[in-house]
Amino acid sequence: MAQVLVVTSGKGGVGKTTTTAALGAALAKTGKSVVVVDFDVGLRNLDLVMGAERRVVFDLVNVIQGDAKLAQALIRDKRLENLSLLPASQTRDKDALTAEGVAKVMAELKEKFDWVVCDSPAGIERGAQLAMSHADQAVIVTNPEVSSVRDSDRIIGMLDSTTEKAKAGEKMPKHLLLTRYDPARAARGEMLSVDDVLEILSIPLIGIIPESQEVLTASNVGAPVTLAAPDSPPARAYIEAARRLTGEKIDVTVPTEKKGLFDWLFKRGAA
Amino acid sequence: MSFLSGLFQKKSSAPVARDRLQILLAHERTSVGDGKSDLLIQLQKEIMEVIRRHVSVDQDKVQVKLDRGASCSMLEIDIEVPGLTDGKSASAGKAVEKPDM
Repeated sequence: MAQVLVVTSGKGGVGKTTTTAALGAALAKTGKSVVVVDFDVGLRNLDLVMGAERRVVFDLVNVIQGDAKLAQALIRDKRLENLSLLPASQTRDKDALTAEGVAKVMAELKEKFDWVVCDSPAGIERGAQLAMSHADQAVIVTNPEVSSVRDSDRIIGMLDSTTEKAKAGEKMPKHLLLTRYDPARAARGEMLSVDDVLEILSIPLIGIIPESQEVLTASNVGAPVTLAAPDSPPARAYIEAARRLTGEKIDVTVPTEKKGLFDWLFKRGAA
Repeated sequence: MSFLSGLFQKKSSAPVARDRLQILLAHERTSVGDGKSDLLIQLQKEIMEVIRRHVSVDQDKVQVKLDRGASCSMLEIDIEVPGLTDGKSASAGKAVEKPDM
């Protein structure tokens, strides 16, 4: 049974696209067939982060409008053969996505793949609602920063009210992914801590991604960080988060550079 | 603990962030999103309606202050009402809400 996962946040720039690519690749590495879907119509970027920007011919809107078959729009990853991308279009027409069209494409994707990972646009408008509408579970990407936490709270409310699952009276499993986390600054009281954010949002933690230069390096070269630098702290955090999504029970820690004492010092349990 | 918090008092902005968020979200969760409007905003609207029923009010002469607190919020509406008997043109209304939400 295919699982539809939406990666959402409300606020822009917190790492939704980075997370979609990293989790998608990490899930694919476990052997499952995975498709990452860009819902950010008008401002697509998942293709760029995945390194497939030059291979985009057709997109989600073409499929919805019947100009292309789904199989024609899917781009297979060059590194992992069981990982595919469905890009968004560059059109500025906000109404290009229709609820019926999205439902049809999602049904088709669920037949082809084990995991459908939807990259939501920022905001709480139509695009974000459509991205989450068919989700079975949600990853809420949050930075330890007041505006991001506030927006995450709004998105959690939407997940519990506007999605198909919510309308059917079912509970939507939600997971908090804390990104750009700096354990040292949090320890000094300069940054909201994991416990602060968990207490405020009160949803379970799926992972803590430490602030790292590796994330930018990976997007520079067009590869999910879990493929570009699989041993780096952010990649290890994403890989563990993906394993938790598949049901494994692993304690959440903040991976650090492997350098002995510091590794031990900053390792902390959470949740 | 108090020694530690004294030592770090200047640098610890995270607790401030946490407290601000908790107060803000306590209000937003009851108001935004599910269509229900904020009680204080509703009060302000209805108070203004009642006053307008009796006197014409110049929108520029209305001041509304709102202070949302953790245990107590304050709505202050200051309306200038022209042409009342004593010649002074002021009337103030204050509503204090003790939220039990």
